[in-house]
Amino acid sequence: MEELITVKNLSFSYPDGQQALIDVNLAIYRGESLALIGPNGAGKSTLLLHLNGILRSNGAVSLLGSPIDESNLKWARSRVGLVFQNPDDQLFSPTVFDDVAFGPINMGLSDGQVRQAVTRALGLVGMSGYEKRSPHHLSFGEKKRIALATVLSMSPEILVIDEPTSNLDPRGKWSFIGVLERMAGTKIIVTHDLELVGALCRRVVILDQGRVVADGGTGDILADKRLLAAHGLAPDGADLKLKRRG
Amino acid sequence: MKHSFLDQYSDRDSPLHRLDPRSKLVATLAFIIAVVLTPVDSWPAYGMYLVLLAVLIVLSRVPPLYILRRSLVIVPFVLLVAVLIPFFKGGEVAGSYNIGMWNISVSQSGLQIFWNILARAWLSIISLSILAATTRFASLLEGLERLRFPRVLVMLLSFMYRYIFILTDEVMRMKQARDSRSFGGKWRWQIKTVGNMVGTLFLRSYERGERVYAAMVARGFDGHSRTLERLRFGRRDALFAAGLSLALVAINLFNLLY
Repeated sequence: MEELITVKNLSFSYPDGQQALIDVNLAIYRGESLALIGPNGAGKSTLLLHLNGILRSNGAVSLLGSPIDESNLKWARSRVGLVFQNPDDQLFSPTVFDDVAFGPINMGLSDGQVRQAVTRALGLVGMSGYEKRSPHHLSFGEKKRIALATVLSMSPEILVIDEPTSNLDPRGKWSFIGVLERMAGTKIIVTHDLELVGALCRRVVILDQGRVVADGGTGDILADKRLLAAHGLAPDGADLKLKRRG
Repeated sequence: MKHSFLDQYSDRDSPLHRLDPRSKLVATLAFIIAVVLTPVDSWPAYGMYLVLLAVLIVLSRVPPLYILRRSLVIVPFVLLVAVLIPFFKGGEVAGSYNIGMWNISVSQSGLQIFWNILARAWLSIISLSILAATTRFASLLEGLERLRFPRVLVMLLSFMYRYIFILTDEVMRMKQARDSRSFGGKWRWQIKTVGNMVGTLFLRSYERGERVYAAMVARGFDGHSRTLERLRFGRRDALFAAGLSLALVAINLFNLLY
C-alpha cells in the first residue's frame, strides 16, 4: 500500500515548555480510515495540526514522500483537508458560499471551477441550496456539514477531522457518520467517541501523554478493555464498582 | 439564541433590493454629502430630502415604522454632542434665564444650528437604514470591496458581522452562569465580577481568533483575501445612482433659486 503521510520521530513542545508530542511514529496509507483516539490533553490536536504543516517540526512529517516545509505548504494544505472541531471557528465568512469557496479561491482556481467545486462539495454533504445562507442561521448539525464541505471543496486526498461528533445529538451524530461513511478516500478521525470509531474505522491509534501507545485493528483494540481503561478511554475498575452499586 | 439581525428585511424583494450594492452605496454616500453640504437655513431643501427618502422607503417595501425606529437610535448621540451649542453660540438672543447666580441665554442662530444638526443626522441615518434594510450584509461587503474600499477593513467588518452574535451568545451564557450563582452582594463586588467577565470574554475572543486563523491557514490563506466577482452592475444600477444624484442636484438648484 502507498504511504501517504509518514510521521518520523516527531517531538513537539509548545512555547510555554509544555511537551505535547514525544517521539511519535506513524504511517498513514492510501484509502484507509484511521481513528486517532486518546484522553483529553493527549496531544491529538497537536499531532493533527502537524499533518498539514500548521505546526512544523523540522521535516518530521512527510506527505507523499516529500517533507512538509515552507516551500510546499500550499500544496500540503490543499492535499490534506483539516476540519476543525468547532464549526464556528471553521466558518468565518458572511455566507455559506463564501466559506466553501474560500479554499478553492486560495488554490487559485478559476471562477467557473470554484463554483463547480462549491456545488459538488455541498452536494456531498447533503446541503445543496444553502449557498446564500449565513452560518449563524444554521443549526449545529448543519454547521458541521458545511464545515466539512469547506474542506471537501478543495478535493483533498486525505481528510483529517477533529471530533466530528462532539456536541451532536444522537440523530445528528449518526446522520453525520453516514455522510462520512459515503466519503471516499483516506480519512483520519480524531475522537474519543468509540461508537464512531467502531462504525467508521478499520485501524486505531491510541495517543496518551504525547506518545503512541497502541496501533492496531479496530476490533482488537476496542475489545481490549484493559488497554482502553489504562488510557482513560473506558471506565476502570473503581468507576465500574460505582456503577454496579448505583 | 435569537438576536435581531443587523440587516433585517434585507432578504425581501423590491426594485431597491435588486439593485447592485455599489449603486446603492454610491447613492447613499452622495445623499449624505448633499445633506451635510446644504446650508443651515434651507429648510425647504431638507423637506425635499425627506420626501425623497419617503419615496425610497415606499419603493423598498420595508415597513416605514421599522426604518423610523432604527433611525431614532441616533438621536441621543446627536443630543449629547449638540445640546450645548444654543448656549454658547453668540448672536441674537432667543431667551435668557436666571438660575441662581448664572445668567444663561440661548441664541437664535445657536438653536437653528442645533435643529439643523439633528435634522442632518436624522436624514443621514434614515438613508443608511434604507441601505441596510435593502442590502444583505454580505453583498454590502462585496460592494465595498469592488469599490476599492481597503480589503483589510472589509475583512474586519466581515469578521465583526460573523462573530458578533457568537460573542453575544457567549456573554449571555456567562451572564446566566453568574446569575445562577449570584445572590446580590455589595456593589463593588458586582462591579468586580463584571470586570472579570469582560476579561474572560476578551481572552476567549483572542483564543477564538487564533483558531479561526488556523482554520483559514489550513485552507490556503496567505494574507491576501480573494473573492469571486459575482456582482453585475447593469443599466438599472447606473440609472438609479445617476437618477438619485440628479434629484439631489435639482433639490439644491431649486434651493439656490428659491
